[in-house]
Amino acid sequence: MRKNTRQPDDLFTPPEDSAKSRRIYSVSQICQRIKSVLENNFNDIWVEGEVSGVSRIPTGTTFFNLKDDSSMLKCVIFASNSDALKFELKDGIKVICCGYVSIYEKRGEHQLYVQQIEPKGLGSLQLAFEQLKQKLEKEGLFSPKHKRPMPYLPSRIGVVTSLSGAAIRDILKVLDRRFNDVNIIIHPAQVQGEGAKEEIARAIKNLNIFNEGLPSGQRVDVMIVARGGGSIEDLWAFNEEVVARAIYNSKIPVISAVGHERDWTIADLVADLRAATPSVAAELVIPEKEDLREKTADLSGALARSFLEISLSFQESIDDLARRLKLSMENAVKLNAGKFDSAGKKLALLNPEALIQRHKKEIADKAQQARIRLEHFLKLKQAEFSGIAAQLFSLSPLNILGRGYSITFKMPEGAIIKDAGLIKAGDTLKTKLHKGEILSKVT
Amino acid sequence: MAEIKFEEALKKLEKIVEDLENGDLSLDEALKKYQEGVELSRICTQRLENAKKKIDLLVKNKKGEFELKPLDETKAGE
Repeated sequence: MRKNTRQPDDLFTPPEDSAKSRRIYSVSQICQRIKSVLENNFNDIWVEGEVSGVSRIPTGTTFFNLKDDSSMLKCVIFASNSDALKFELKDGIKVICCGYVSIYEKRGEHQLYVQQIEPKGLGSLQLAFEQLKQKLEKEGLFSPKHKRPMPYLPSRIGVVTSLSGAAIRDILKVLDRRFNDVNIIIHPAQVQGEGAKEEIARAIKNLNIFNEGLPSGQRVDVMIVARGGGSIEDLWAFNEEVVARAIYNSKIPVISAVGHERDWTIADLVADLRAATPSVAAELVIPEKEDLREKTADLSGALARSFLEISLSFQESIDDLARRLKLSMENAVKLNAGKFDSAGKKLALLNPEALIQRHKKEIADKAQQARIRLEHFLKLKQAEFSGIAAQLFSLSPLNILGRGYSITFKMPEGAIIKDAGLIKAGDTLKTKLHKGEILSKVT
Repeated sequence: MAEIKFEEALKKLEKIVEDLENGDLSLDEALKKYQEGVELSRICTQRLENAKKKIDLLVKNKKGEFELKPLDETKAGE
């Protein structure tokens, strides 16, 4: 061996002259050596531990630590391996990882390069399901308030499913049986395997978009998203977030029918209605035409019947009223005829003609009496006057009578005579003297 | 013209029959309701008549636009 020649590949061979010279390696050399040792001895190993310090970088690589009570191991999952990570890595989850240990030379850190990772105690699919279910529930995607009511009689039904397979066959058969001319639009989609979740989500979205462009009388008013039975892996697409969100955001109400009698998928939880199988979905979505026909016929019959009854009862009422009216009118006429007669009689009695005649006679009589009395009165007064005049004459201071004059009265009236021409033979005269009177008759 | 939905028509018809059966309406009102009922019954019956079946596939054509293609039923479910 030459002096001062280093053999950098051979760490384990003591240098020739250990007393005399030190073997000096570069950092890279040491790291390279460490890397070899690690990769040769820690390949394809399984490690169990608790997850902590999870962090993802934009390239999609995930870093985290595995720890137990006293130690910690750095781990990394590359984006290219992200299929291995079916669930979300969170601090505290206990996992089992499979991979190899190596050293990241740039930083001098050894880490476990994870190729497979499983949650301890639970299948990773199940854990993924639980995580997504909790997340979406918290966001309110399963809330009963958001669920839309189903139309009673849809005019057009949308179906998202595979064109091969039992689901579409069953749906079409049941729909045809219940309501033979219902309108259907099918948007085909893969329902399992690679790319299924995207296809299902896109089909739901496309139906919604297409619907917006239709006139309102031709729109789809409900859709069925369906697949037949299968294993949990087969129907995994219906547990994916992208499908859940497409269902939630669908303006068209969604019935899920994922072909699993007992268990509910995430799609079932988000949907507005869940059916256990595609056939059940077809039964839920539309009533039987015959049932509706019967119901309509029943109502039409009841309508006619009840209206007829009302008309008849009105007819009866009217007839009855007419009869009573006629009767009371006849009575009224009779009553009034009687009253009319007796009133006429009373009126006749009260005729004033007789009364007038009677009064006329009374007036005439009284007038006659008055005239007679007046005449008599006048005569009396005249006589009185004459008497008084004579007395006055006889009492007068001049006393003409004492000188021999006399007053002559015509009897019986007692009128004073001044004119002899007024006397005729046979008249009785009274001559008043100063003393006494003379009664004489004219010859 | 907005067409009344089947369910609504049926419900209204039911209500009208109820009103008529309960009595207590004037002849005028009863007649009006009866006429309305006859019309609703006609709408319902018409809706349940047999028409042509229409099953379509929603596809995208070469231009990327949506299109409806009638389904050949013998192909479905194979």
